[in-house]
Amino acid sequence: MIAALEPHLAILQVVVPLISAPLCSMLRRGDLAWMMAMVVSWLAFAMSIALLAQVMATGDISYHVGNWAPPWGIEYRIDAVNAFVLLIVSGIGAVVLPYAKKSVEREIKPSRRAHFYTAYLLCLAGLLGVTATGDAFNVFVFLEISSLSTYTLVALGADADRRALPAAYNYLVMGTVGATFFVIGLGLMYMVTGTLNMADLAARLPELGANRTVDAAFAFIVVGLGLKLAMFPMHVWLPNAYTYAPSVVTAFLAATATKVAVYVLLRFVFTVFGTGFEFAALTLTWVLIPLALAAMFVATIAAIYQVNVKRLLAFSSVAQLGYMVLGIGMLSTTGLTATILHLFNHALMKGALFLAIGAVAYRVGSTNIEAMRGLGKRMPWTMAAFSAGGLSLIGVPTTVGFISKWYLVMAAIENGWWPIAVLIVASSLLAIFYVWKVIEAAYFREADDETAIQEAPMSMLVPLWLLVLANFYFGIDAELTTSVATTAAKAFLGGGG
Amino acid sequence: MIQDILAHYNYWIIMVLMMIGIYIVASRGNLIKKIVGLNIFQTSVFMLYITMGKVEGGTAPILTGKPEVFSNPLPHVLILTAIVVGVATTALGLALVVRIREAYDTIEEDEVRDQDNATVAEEMSRAAR
Repeated sequence: MIAALEPHLAILQVVVPLISAPLCSMLRRGDLAWMMAMVVSWLAFAMSIALLAQVMATGDISYHVGNWAPPWGIEYRIDAVNAFVLLIVSGIGAVVLPYAKKSVEREIKPSRRAHFYTAYLLCLAGLLGVTATGDAFNVFVFLEISSLSTYTLVALGADADRRALPAAYNYLVMGTVGATFFVIGLGLMYMVTGTLNMADLAARLPELGANRTVDAAFAFIVVGLGLKLAMFPMHVWLPNAYTYAPSVVTAFLAATATKVAVYVLLRFVFTVFGTGFEFAALTLTWVLIPLALAAMFVATIAAIYQVNVKRLLAFSSVAQLGYMVLGIGMLSTTGLTATILHLFNHALMKGALFLAIGAVAYRVGSTNIEAMRGLGKRMPWTMAAFSAGGLSLIGVPTTVGFISKWYLVMAAIENGWWPIAVLIVASSLLAIFYVWKVIEAAYFREADDETAIQEAPMSMLVPLWLLVLANFYFGIDAELTTSVATTAAKAFLGGGG
Repeated sequence: MIQDILAHYNYWIIMVLMMIGIYIVASRGNLIKKIVGLNIFQTSVFMLYITMGKVEGGTAPILTGKPEVFSNPLPHVLILTAIVVGVATTALGLALVVRIREAYDTIEEDEVRDQDNATVAEEMSRAAR
């Protein structure tokens, strides 16, 4: 039975969450829907592990949907990079679900809980689909499946705070503009090549030589994806959406959605357009690097001034996305390795940090810095996890944050860009300020009132600490992650992939 | 010159529509009008795809057994999908506007922002006390 399904893992990975989403909404009861979502997301995680093992053992997988051979049919193509991203997305998706039950019970009305899990599964299916597919138009469709369900998930935060509604609305408007830009880019590419299969596009685009339509397509795709991944200065939707979304949603999105958009950007820039494409190389160096540097500083400084911890972490995410974009702009194996590593590492740290804040929201009912006062004593495990995640965010040795920053600095030095290496370190040091703000309130201030606040329940602490320990495990033993990231980076730069 | 412009008239129409759409999204404060702008913007892209598939003298792509010139059907299929996505986006956007109206009693962007700023100011003063 299982052996018969094995050749179909690439499509099952996407289809199982997609089909279970409507079933989930039919269950109507929140707890049943939660169980279903739980089973499905762990199943997806197991499948992504099997896929990664399969790719490592036998090389790239090319799955032809409906047995139509590419480039006519839709192809699902799994190589080291997407197998790795699939693992990140489904892994985070599986880890946050045990946590979700309590958090959702507190933050979302009973009548909406089943729909919450429906939207969650749709979002998961969309993100996995974007990652697994080898067809450019399919990317758009799955991107919109995940985005539409994300808008819904963000809006569900309205049960706790009505500001979630305008946040979701603005996200919808900007996300749709971004997706439409992306489709315009695809249309222009289709116009000159007549194909939408990524591998086929990669083969045909260089034949055209310098072509203004292809340049325009590249510009549209980079801007469209820039909106989706919150590349500075197109990040304005992100802080509000992350602040007012339910806690679980913020943790899930911060760890997955923007990462998948970064992956799509990598895929298009390096596999589809290829490094031989001069217009791209110029844009990456002279447009993306300044924007990435601006993100690292402007967003970090903005984070220092926030009073809401969720918002603070959201601005920090914009800055961290700056590091990833910077790695892309370096156009070197080390730079790309840093980006892919940070993709994984940032998912671990922001997942842990947002889960910790979600636990605070569960017990205290607020995510403002004032509400953190004295929590170091009252919620020791939660705040210890937050501090550990904060250290990882700053990039202290033995944490994952250090590994990715190390590679990024190395890449800058390799290119001979000393000032940029200095700027990377400087912006990491600035991160100390905002992490310290929270730690100071939690450990060095006394609580105003004497109301008893208990430690968060076990079902929240276990997923939280799982991510925190992963932060340290992959920070000390980075062998696995760096080897995957280096292979992936080489595949991207070696053309094709 | 004029010949060139006229020969590509479909692109000019699409570009004008695209700009109108994105201008409405950026400049209007009314949340419903923004959604309408978004729709116009998306529609212009649908037209970009559809006109791209047209083959001069081509008919509808239906197999009749006779050798015929027909238009490229693939863009039509793609846009059918994109239209579905567009409808879903519009529906979700309008649903959000309904909820915003229930929660804020307005659908003007600046009034929503004013109310939010008032909430923030209130939170700050409570925290200061």
